[in-house]
Amino acid sequence: MGPRSSHIALIPDVDQIRNETGFSEASLLRLYGRFQTLDRNKKGFLSRTDLQQIGALAVNPLGDRIIDSFFLDGSQQVDFAGFARVLAHFRPVDEEEAATRDPKDPEPLNSRMNKLRFAFQLYDLDRDGKISRNEMLQVLRLMVGVQVTDEQLESITDRTVQEADEDGDGAVSFLEFTKSLEKMNIEQKMSIRILK
Amino acid sequence: MGSETLVAFRSWNSLLLLVVFTCAEASSDANESSNSTAQQAPDARFAASSSDPDERISVFELDYDYVQIPYEVTLWILLASLAKIGFHLYHRLPHLMPESCLLIIVGALVGSIIFGTHHKSPPVMDSSIYFLYLLPPIVLESGYFMPTRPFFENIGSILWWAGLGALINAFGIGLSLFFICQIKAFGLSDINLLQNLLFGSLISAVDPVAVLAVFEEARVNEQLYMMIFGEALLNDGISVVLYNILIAFTKMHKFEDIEPVDILAGCARFIIVGCGGVFFGIIFGFISAFITRFTQNISAIEPLIVFMFSYLSYLAAETLYLSGILAITACAVTMKKYVEENVSQTSYTTIKYFMKMLSSVSETLIFIFMGVSTIGKNHEWNWAFICFTLVFCQIWRAISVFALFYVSNQFRTFPFSIKDQFIIFYSGVRGAGSFSLAFLLPLSLFPRKKLFVTATLVVTYFTVFFQGITIGPLVRYLDVRKTNKKESINEELHTRLMDHLKAGIEDVCGQWSHYQVRDKFKKFDHRYLRKILIRRNLPKSSIVSLYKKLEMKQAIEMVETGALTSVSFSTPHQAKSVQGIKRLSPEDVESMRDILTRNMYQVRQRTLSYNKYNLKPQTSEKQAKEILIRRQNTLRESMRKGHSLPWGKSAGTKNVRYLSFPYKNPQPAKREANAAECTDDDDSDPGFQPLMFSAHTRAGSLQERRLTQEMIPMKRLHRGEKAYNLSYQTNTSWEERAGWGGRPAIWPKPLFYAVDEEYESGGQTEEETSATVSRWTAEHRDSRKYKSHSLLLQRK
Repeated sequence: MGPRSSHIALIPDVDQIRNETGFSEASLLRLYGRFQTLDRNKKGFLSRTDLQQIGALAVNPLGDRIIDSFFLDGSQQVDFAGFARVLAHFRPVDEEEAATRDPKDPEPLNSRMNKLRFAFQLYDLDRDGKISRNEMLQVLRLMVGVQVTDEQLESITDRTVQEADEDGDGAVSFLEFTKSLEKMNIEQKMSIRILK
Repeated sequence: MGSETLVAFRSWNSLLLLVVFTCAEASSDANESSNSTAQQAPDARFAASSSDPDERISVFELDYDYVQIPYEVTLWILLASLAKIGFHLYHRLPHLMPESCLLIIVGALVGSIIFGTHHKSPPVMDSSIYFLYLLPPIVLESGYFMPTRPFFENIGSILWWAGLGALINAFGIGLSLFFICQIKAFGLSDINLLQNLLFGSLISAVDPVAVLAVFEEARVNEQLYMMIFGEALLNDGISVVLYNILIAFTKMHKFEDIEPVDILAGCARFIIVGCGGVFFGIIFGFISAFITRFTQNISAIEPLIVFMFSYLSYLAAETLYLSGILAITACAVTMKKYVEENVSQTSYTTIKYFMKMLSSVSETLIFIFMGVSTIGKNHEWNWAFICFTLVFCQIWRAISVFALFYVSNQFRTFPFSIKDQFIIFYSGVRGAGSFSLAFLLPLSLFPRKKLFVTATLVVTYFTVFFQGITIGPLVRYLDVRKTNKKESINEELHTRLMDHLKAGIEDVCGQWSHYQVRDKFKKFDHRYLRKILIRRNLPKSSIVSLYKKLEMKQAIEMVETGALTSVSFSTPHQAKSVQGIKRLSPEDVESMRDILTRNMYQVRQRTLSYNKYNLKPQTSEKQAKEILIRRQNTLRESMRKGHSLPWGKSAGTKNVRYLSFPYKNPQPAKREANAAECTDDDDSDPGFQPLMFSAHTRAGSLQERRLTQEMIPMKRLHRGEKAYNLSYQTNTSWEERAGWGGRPAIWPKPLFYAVDEEYESGGQTEEETSATVSRWTAEHRDSRKYKSHSLLLQRK
């Protein structure tokens, strides 16, 4: 593969990305390779179509939403920094790193809170900070088979929102979302080994 | 469910009884006829008999001897198949015990019948039959279905573990048993070191793949799967090589004056035999891949070429006393990549099924024979030998696993946990291999052969039944996290969502190769090998025809203005007023949780799903189908309403360029249609073109473009590395044409795209998904009004 240094230098803003995401050099190189592979026409950024080429995402119930999470604020392109930033959420949490972190620094992207925030935005499409009942229903609809009738789904949605909603506004805010998942091992669930 | 299975059981039992009865009858018939026909010449049927004036022409005769051997063999295979049907009817059973258990039981049953009727069993098992006919299909099948990418990524660990593991086990068990034999009290002192070593080598041949089906549900990670596979693959080869070398030693040195030179020669021979076999296999693999390049007009012989060349590699290697097993394995692995791209879809399916069939027949016969010889008089029981064999097998396997993995973990990026190692240790289930080798020991060199056979049988039975049945619960126990039983619905939903999310992100990340060698090989491969070995005008049988069908389907549906044949469901209810909080009873909550658990989509399995005994249809095809339909529906609905898409993107802005490829290229598509299928092209083709054009003209252009944009992901649903070809072609179609009325493009030459690694990774799932979608489109043919369209779809 040739001397690494020449390759790592090819990545634009590599130091900034490294600071922000916390990836190792090796991982960044691999990610960059992957980015370039996905980037069909060597545009230097990824469009929605590029990500849609990944066949497995087409049969993932959340495929579209996952793709959308790469494109922030309605933009149609994502550059490598953005790509790495999203994937950084899935970096496994390193215990030592978490312990030695300076509390004044901004939270790393793969902290529990940030992971939860990432998951939250899959539900919250209109980005109003709350999962409305309708949004919950949509997510549920995506995730279950067609044999579940609409009435059943509605009642499940009601129950879901009811369980999590504490202030009674009929929607689940981010804090309520976090609270409902406090027992779950998010760090492990939302970590991908190879992104170490 | 209970009564259903009971009925199934009853019907199975009656089937079984019927067959058993037939068997018994056949054997008793055989007894009678053998008595009466013993006097006549063997081919009395065909010999011109001197006509005895007193003999009348008998109206009804019985000649069982003529058909005895094939008849009984067929009956055995049939019996095993019926047992397998019964086995799978009761759907919980395959998860409780490996299928080898079943085969052994059937074998024992047949054995007891034969023993009971004092019948002489057909000589299914002798050395040449086993090594020439029964063994190659089994090895071929395991080599062919080996997923290559994970295999080569882990090849260091696999070689280290399989190779050294087999050696350590063989020598360890052999030496330990030798020391036991030295103890006078056991009466085993006539078994010398060589014989013990030989026994060790044959008893260390494991067949761990047989247990994979049992813990398939538990999330066994890919690395673990690969180690087990790799071991199974190489294990047989190494055992046989060792076996042959030690037999040669035994023949040469009956007086136990083995010199160090001979030992060195033995080691050298081991290496040469192994590597030589692999080398032969690779050459034959390339030759057969090259030949399949030219078979597009006679696709009926493609399976034949594949099988004959594999078999030839085995035989050629055996001629030179090289390892035929490793040769056939290497041939299968090499050939698979190129042959899969060259052969037509039907040939590919044929090859897969035929391979499974052959290997399953072989294995069945071996197991039945094992059962037959269990119930018989040729046993020698010696408590010490047998018990110590069992004990040493387990001990040495544990030693080899933990020691070797400890070392290899130092070098691995993702080390194996203790739990993984324990699973590998426990999956050391013996199979047909060790029994065969024991059975084929030459009696002249091994006066205590019966003892060896008995010991092998005991070990096999023990490992298959005890370990095979307990490994499932054990793995599930090890895998179980502390699940909070009272998971709220929230947690369940969110857990599943996160699993899907994780799987999706993993797909985005793709597979990362750890070895530069692999990259280099891929470059070499694509630059030189593929040019030689792959056809010029690639048939693209599965991809383009699949794509075509999907386009057709979409076009038809558009023309029919949204009358969807798939399950219709309404778009999510818009702003319904927030209902008051209902008091839900615990039973309601329970039932809700139930509904959710049962109906939520499964996360796509990234781990390999391999079943030794059949080609399982992908269980998530229905799920994939629903998801795909839903996506299209959502887009179509939102587009029809003129809304912006759910994620805030305005519709139709960037779709002008995305044109559908087959619409522009009726010619290549037609040629493709000709190439892909063999027989019934002629009827459907004339209908195909006009239909496309009529659909083309009628459908709204914007809608179609929208749909074709959705079609693009569909193209990705295919197996292997064909992805890049089509994507490249589509790219040219996008870039070359500005509007609808473009001239048909020339078929572009395939270029290398490095994304193929991802398709290999999801290879199995995607292959099945493509089969899914093609089956899905085929299913919809009934609702089609256009006859020619239905003809088109009927082809698959």
